[in-house]
Parts: sequence; C-alpha cells; structure tokens
Amino acid sequence: MWNSYRRILSHVVMGLCGLSVLVALVPLALILFYVLTQGLTSLNWAFIFDMPKPVGEPGGGMANAIVGSLYVVGIGAIFAIPVGILSGVYAAEYAGTKLAGAVRFAADTLNGVPSIVIGVFAYGIAVLPFRQFSAMAGGVALGIMMIPLIMRTTEELLRLVPGSLKEGALALGATRARAVFTVVLPAALPGIMTGILLALARISGETAPLLFTAFNNQYFSTDLRQPISTLTVQVYTYAISPYDDWHRQAWAGALVLVAIVLTCSLLARAATTRMERMRRGA
Amino acid sequence: MARPRFNVRPDELVFRVGTGAFAVFLIAGVLAIGVELYRQSRLSLHEFGWQFWQTDVWDPVAGQFGARPFIWGTLYSSILAIAISTPIALGIAIYISELAPSWLRAPLVFLTELLAAIPSIVYGLWGVFVLVPFVRQLEVATPAWLKSVPLFSGPPLGIGMLSAALILAIMVIPFSSSVAREVLKAVPQAQREGAYALGATRWEAIRMALFYARTGIVGAVMLGFGRALGETMAVTMVIGNNPQISWSLFAPQYTMSAVIANEFAEATDNLHLHALIEIGLVLFVITLIINGISRTFIWSMGRQRGPRVRATPRLKAAA
Repeated sequence: MWNSYRRILSHVVMGLCGLSVLVALVPLALILFYVLTQGLTSLNWAFIFDMPKPVGEPGGGMANAIVGSLYVVGIGAIFAIPVGILSGVYAAEYAGTKLAGAVRFAADTLNGVPSIVIGVFAYGIAVLPFRQFSAMAGGVALGIMMIPLIMRTTEELLRLVPGSLKEGALALGATRARAVFTVVLPAALPGIMTGILLALARISGETAPLLFTAFNNQYFSTDLRQPISTLTVQVYTYAISPYDDWHRQAWAGALVLVAIVLTCSLLARAATTRMERMRRGA
Repeated sequence: MARPRFNVRPDELVFRVGTGAFAVFLIAGVLAIGVELYRQSRLSLHEFGWQFWQTDVWDPVAGQFGARPFIWGTLYSSILAIAISTPIALGIAIYISELAPSWLRAPLVFLTELLAAIPSIVYGLWGVFVLVPFVRQLEVATPAWLKSVPLFSGPPLGIGMLSAALILAIMVIPFSSSVAREVLKAVPQAQREGAYALGATRWEAIRMALFYARTGIVGAVMLGFGRALGETMAVTMVIGNNPQISWSLFAPQYTMSAVIANEFAEATDNLHLHALIEIGLVLFVITLIINGISRTFIWSMGRQRGPRVRATPRLKAAA
C-alpha cells in the first residue's frame, strides 16, 4: 500500500514537472504567435522606409526610429566593446588577483542593476550637464548595460583557450601582451564575437533606459547631440496611444524587434554548437 | 599569480596596467552609479527623510511626495510573481536536468531561455492587448462569494496587480530555472545513486538532490526576485499606474520603476526629479542586496564538491 503510494506520487510529480515545461512554453508560443500574426499584417516596405504620419493619416512607418536604434546601439557598442574586452582580458590573465575578483563582482553587480536605474544614472551624467536629451546619452546608457555582458563572455572564452597555446608563444619569446593579443585572443575571437552579437541583440530591445536619455524625436535625426527616436520607445509610445492605426504600427515594430533577437540567438546558437563540436574534435 | 616584484618586466607592466585600467574603470562605474544617484536625490533625501517612505500621497503639483505605494507595489507584484514562477521554474529545471531524453534537452533549454530574450516592451505590448483582456474575463467570471475576499475585491478592470504579476512571472521563469538547472547539475551523481540503492523512487531521489542543493535553489529564486523588482516596461503597461496600497489582485497599482518611467521625462521642478531619483536609489540598493544574497547562496553551492556553479545565469539565448 505504502509502496504503491510512493510510486504513484513519484509519477504524479514527474508528470507535474513535464507539465510545468508546457506551462512555460504556452506564453512563449502565444507571444510569438501574436507578434507574428499582428505584426505581419502591418509590416511592409513603407514601415521600414517611411517617416511616421500624423494621427488620422493611415500608413507611414518608422524609418527614423529604425535608424535611431542603429545609432544608439552603435554608440553603446563603441563604448562597451573596448572596456568589456580589455577588462575581460585582465580578469582572465590575472585571474587570482584581488582586482580580478573585484571586477568580476562589479560586472555581476552591474548586470543585476535594473535598466531603469541605468537610465537614471545616464541621465545624471550625460543629460543633466548638457541640459539636453541626446542620442549620445542613450548610447551611454546602453553601453553601460553591454559592458558586463561582454566582459564576462570574454573572460570565460579566454579561459577556454588551451594554456599550451599561450605557453608556446611565450616560449618563442613573445611578451605577455603579444601572446595574449596575437595568439590567445584570436583563438577566442569567434566566441567573443558571438557574445557581442548576443549583447547587441539584448540591448537593442531595451526601452526603459532610453525614455529619458535618447528621449524621442518625430523627425529624422542623425545628430548625436539631439534627441533621437528609437524603435523600442516608438513601440511604447504607439502601444499606449488610443489609436488603432498606431497599435498596428506597434505590432509591426515588435515583430522587427523579435526578429532581430531571434536571428541573433539562432546565429549565436549555431556558432556555439559548431565551436563545441570543433573543440570536441580537436 | 603573485610574482616576485623583480620579475616584472616593463612591457608586462604596461600590459597589466593597461588592461587593469579598464577593469578599474568598470568598478569605478558601478560605484559612480551609487554616488550619482545619491547626489541627484539629496534635495528629496533632506526634505523628507524617512517620511518619504511612510506617507502615501504622491502629488507632484502640490509638492507632496510619499513613496509608500510604490514600494508596496514593487514588493507585492514581485512576491506574487515569484510565488507563481518558482514551482514552474523548478519543474522545468528538474524536467530538463533529470527527466528529459538527451535529444530534447538542448532545444528545451533554448526555448525556455528565449523567454528571457524577448524584449520587455514586447511583453508589455502583448500584455496590454492579449493578457489584460483575458485577465478581465477571468475577473468578470469571478463568483460573487469570492469577491468578498479582499484579495479579489474591486471592479474587474483587467489592468492591475494580477496582470502585472502574471507577466512578471513569465519573464522571471527563465532566470530562476536556468540557475536551478545548473545547481542541480552540481549535485554529485553519487547522491542520486545512493538514494536509488536504498530503494527510493525517482521523485524521492530528486527530492534528495533538491535538498542537497537547497541553498543554490534559494539563490536561484532570489535571482528571479531581483529581476522582478527592477522590471519596468511590461509592468508599467499593465499594472494600471495608480498609487494605492491594496491587497486586491484586481486593483490597479503602481511600482517604483513604473513611476520613474512615467514621470521622469516630465519632471520639471527639482524636488520632483530628486524624489524620483531617490526611488531609483532605493531600487538600486534593494536589487544590490537581493542579488548579493542570491550570489552568495549560489556560490556556496559551488564551493561544495562537484562542478562550479555560475552565479550569473548562463542564458545562451539571452546574453
């Protein structure tokens, strides 16, 4: 009696575990379904190449916001990639030092800071002093969010490079800098690029830190000192508006965002599995 | 890596200082966030003191700033989200690490982590147009006798605490489940084998593993909690943005991150701005503490025998 109770309980719990996977996949499927069906009906060339139209006029697009997003994410990447890679190199090369421990801790901390707080910080250092919302400030906010992602990826991938490679370079008389930059880093580069790609994908979906840094702009702008429109903020503005036409545009924008994220994730996944296969083969 | 000082060559020194400078820059950046948030919120800190967190009236026009409803909304929504997501996240972790056939593991990991990769704004959009109407129907269908319970009182608006908690729960699942999975992986196989050898059923063996991994599991849940606290866009769009303290799941409420998102760009007078930044400062400190505790728990798991457990979730799809 007791034993059959135990067996049944075991099966029930196992069943519940399987069920919880389904429970989590249902919202994922629903979100992708709605974004796809709602988005496809309003996604067209005009959406990508046209400027927003005033309320009431149908049509129009998000050309300025798409370019704006590219700008802001690009500025962020220019800030974040050197800082992320070089501090990652330090953490991997001097792994046992106090500073390496501290920078790892700082990166993990930064990774956990809510994006809205990053936005407030970027407002303090990049908007207030100039009394002006700007594309630059938005880039600073996104850059800060990218740094810990890139730093951690770099560190981990450098550690995966076999020590014999570096030792070989050192034995041939290379300095440490030379060994790292010409042998170890290139060996880890495909992985680091993948990490950067994923960081870019994640960052291009951020809205909260841009609300009061890059702000918004209904015109086409490429001026770094001026407010700039971004895809995410535009989707937000349209989503909370009362107009049906704008809602359709918001869905189209969401579709573009999800497509970016999905493409990057799949590319990265393909790259990672290929690298893993290579490593196992070697 | 301690080397005798005389052994450090000048070019090595340049390399070390050069890369070290960027490491220091990163650390300084994190410290600067705290300092800057404090500096920009002095006005409000001095003007209101603790009063700020003990009063309920938020009226920027009258210069009255009481932030208690926001901290309530943030904590309530996050705790509800964790209550909903924890069993699901644990179930997923157990299924993937213990039960799933090996060919199914990688795709399932990818799919659950895709949940973390979808931008917050997309969750918000979906929440407003799909989840909220659904929740409204649920609320309308609530039987009358249940409506007398404070938890389910109030008009069925759809927009409100329940929608926010549900959407947060979905968003938090991948974070908790990926750490819980890693933690379970770190439990030595001998634990399970020992349990089976004593005649345990599958669930009893897994329960042993869960018990062994308890600190790490708590850490995984806390990590999700930290995420939920700071989540902004999706919550802002579905919670109703009404500063009130209520137990009701149907009531529109407000969170700390939402009030910053809504009012920051329009805050004209300094006191209003400083009050909002003070909310940001407190949010920063709370998430710092929660994440710190969570990391300590997960690390302490890694220090036991077995493979090291990462304190930050390795979200392949997300980051």
